[in-house]
Amino acid sequence: MQAAIFYVLSATALIATLLCVTRRQAVHAIVYLIHALFSLALLFYLLGAPLVAAWEVIIYAGAIMVLFLFIVMMFELDPAHEAARPGPARRWPVVALSVAILACSVALALADPAGARGVEAYHASPRAFGRLMFDEYALAVEVASFLLLFAAVGAYTVGRSDHRVEGGEGQA
Amino acid sequence: MIVPFGHVLVVATAMFVTGLAAVLLRRNLILILIGVEVMLGGVGLALVGASALWQRADGQVLAVLLMALSAAEVAISLAMVVYMKRRKDSLDADAFRELRG
Repeated sequence: MQAAIFYVLSATALIATLLCVTRRQAVHAIVYLIHALFSLALLFYLLGAPLVAAWEVIIYAGAIMVLFLFIVMMFELDPAHEAARPGPARRWPVVALSVAILACSVALALADPAGARGVEAYHASPRAFGRLMFDEYALAVEVASFLLLFAAVGAYTVGRSDHRVEGGEGQA
Repeated sequence: MIVPFGHVLVVATAMFVTGLAAVLLRRNLILILIGVEVMLGGVGLALVGASALWQRADGQVLAVLLMALSAAEVAISLAMVVYMKRRKDSLDADAFRELRG
């Protein structure tokens, strides 16, 4: 039963991803990506990570995708905005390399005995998860918090309107 | 047992490769960033699957850290998209080629 759910969710995620990357309108791509992220969150839940699943929905689908939507709405992109689709000459190397990577991955998964080991859902208790995250990985959490702070400052600096940036340079 | 670990890895790789192809083929900056998000989603699936394989929570912690990283990445890169749109009035990746030799 759980295996069937896994395969259905994987197929949903992959189809939504494929539709997402082939859309011409950015808004359609974003909505399909939200669909894929929901499938991914359910996959996380199935593999025993309810906290990661919840954050996938809240942070990824809730916050980050809305940020994307805001930017797209800000620009009022017209559907014909994107230049002509890349011709076959530009497309076939990428497709060939992607298929090669995917084929190697499938071959490895079939050939490697370690790949045949079944995964059991691993439910970490909130206490164990929190201890691991804020004890063993405390340094990584601190680095991530610095990263987010720098990202916020950087986004503010880059996103300021142009004349204020030039004025600042003129005074310096 | 839910599924063999290899199947989880194949799904994760398929997502990653789809995103990579989108990054390489699309020319709209926003669609390129969406490709990056798809790639990071595949990475997250591999991390949570590995966490289930070894029955340890480390992979789940790394998946959460990956989310923080991608939030930071999106904030910076969308701000840069706004900046580039203001400067050149275009979202086409080919419009930004001043560094070309």
